[in-house]
Amino acid sequence: MFPNLNNLPVYDTTGVNERIARFCTRSIKASSKNEGLKMALSMIDLTTLEGKDTKGKVQQLCYKAMHPHDSLKNIPTVAAICVYPSYVGIAKKALEGSDIQVASVATAFPSGQSTLEVKLSDTKFAVDQGADEIDMVISRGEFLAGNYQFVFDEIAAIKEACGKAHLKVILETGELETLDNVRKASEIAMYAGADFIKTSTGKIQPAATLPVTYVMFDAIKDYYLKTGKMIGMKPAGGISTSKIALQYLVMLNEVLGEKWMNKKYFRFGASSLTNDILMQLVKAETGIYQSINYFSKD
Amino acid sequence: MSRLDIQKTYKLYIGGKFPRTESGRYYAVTNNKGNLIANMCLSSRKDFRNAVVIARKAQGSWANATALNKGQVLYRIAEMLEGRKEQFVAELMVQGETNKNAELEVNCAIDRLVYYAGWSDKYQQIFSSVNPVASSHFNFSNVEPVGVVSIIAPENQSLLGIVSLIAPAIVGGNTVIVLASETKPLTAISFAEVLNSSDVPGGVVNILTGKKEELLSHMASHMDVNAIIYCGKDENQIKNINELASNNLKRTIFYKKGDWTSSNSESPYFIEKMQELKTTWHPTEV
Repeated sequence: MFPNLNNLPVYDTTGVNERIARFCTRSIKASSKNEGLKMALSMIDLTTLEGKDTKGKVQQLCYKAMHPHDSLKNIPTVAAICVYPSYVGIAKKALEGSDIQVASVATAFPSGQSTLEVKLSDTKFAVDQGADEIDMVISRGEFLAGNYQFVFDEIAAIKEACGKAHLKVILETGELETLDNVRKASEIAMYAGADFIKTSTGKIQPAATLPVTYVMFDAIKDYYLKTGKMIGMKPAGGISTSKIALQYLVMLNEVLGEKWMNKKYFRFGASSLTNDILMQLVKAETGIYQSINYFSKD
Repeated sequence: MSRLDIQKTYKLYIGGKFPRTESGRYYAVTNNKGNLIANMCLSSRKDFRNAVVIARKAQGSWANATALNKGQVLYRIAEMLEGRKEQFVAELMVQGETNKNAELEVNCAIDRLVYYAGWSDKYQQIFSSVNPVASSHFNFSNVEPVGVVSIIAPENQSLLGIVSLIAPAIVGGNTVIVLASETKPLTAISFAEVLNSSDVPGGVVNILTGKKEELLSHMASHMDVNAIIYCGKDENQIKNINELASNNLKRTIFYKKGDWTSSNSESPYFIEKMQELKTTWHPTEV
């Protein structure tokens, strides 16, 4: 069902920024912070999406996902590994026996500039290789040209091709220009069958920001109130410190509430965030500020 | 009508900027008659942590700057300090120095910067070597900066002290986080203004003001700091630093002397203390 895009709320940047500023000044006590950091760690989609990726790099990353930092007791593993379709099979095998999901980008990531046929076969390939989650990109060009039905149909077609795999829809908010467009794209994605909506590919600046994520939370909330269906959210790109990750969690809690505070409904798309969180957790345990040199890179 | 004096707000110097402490705290600094002379930022461990992140980021490119460039930058600091001599003499006097001692201290600080500027392309030859070995290798050792250095400045000679410690550290390609004299911190922050107008890249020198007692353990224990310099005689603090620094085999350097004007306060060995020796075995034909 194509959503009604005429009566959407309008977002005032100044107002949104003020609301965000309040999320960022919440004082979090040490014990809550520690729990928050562990929660953030459990929500990470550990990502490598580079032209220079190799089989070895992906296997290394999978090991890191299962063993974030062995000297720390009682820490969770990350939620998922996110790779290109050609590495799904390798990741699946490397993660055997763990409950870590394998996510794959598809649909001519990151530009999305290809035909539906290619995008569908890209998706099917990833699913056949065993991907549990598919991260697709929308056609921003068509969206900005006002061709909303095209974007909607494309998402719906990919959703069908996903079968059992979860579908995350990347809006690439850095190219959508306004917050109102972000809201519009969120509506289209959710009504077209997205299980998750995701901010960015990580290849375009700005990537995930708090204001954009806030607008998407708001869309998820309205969709939930209307349909009763919970959609997940994944900010991705540029979230590299624990401090920022906690700000996202504060906002998640205050806008969507506790039901969303788990890896089933919230993910961080990140790579360097993992080590920053681990460094904070070791600092909390030992009282000593840490150096990245003592943490495994992948 | 007499006009009101405009007083300077003394802040911190981190990453080439002058922020206030993130903690919002301050402490009062008095002269030896007990009168208030300034409210200084009381830095927290988070200010220190932020400074380390910035110093680490700045270290690679500063170490890769040419020796000529580093020498020029140090000479430039001397030039800028020379131009503001009167201000520093006056400020040292506010902190309790006599006019004569204040002038000596500032002159000495300027000369020391020029001294280390000259060493920028020379200490490498002194401390590097080609080593005779019994196999078919060309074996050579050269010096590299240790990385990020914490400096706890001496309580007295608050300008000359930090200049004598910062100059050899940065000329050797290190970046530093300095905790200024607790009782006489004014000149350290004024010196930051000199640094800021001397082409020293942001983050190479970072200056904090605050309490030793509060920051010492973090400066000694931080895993991303490679060396720590402590000026003072408190044996408990020295023991504490030695213990904490062992966590990441941080280099520890202690100076107990009180007078930095003497000629034995400058030598290339001050540079060498913050250098790591790297030896390379290069195969050669028999």
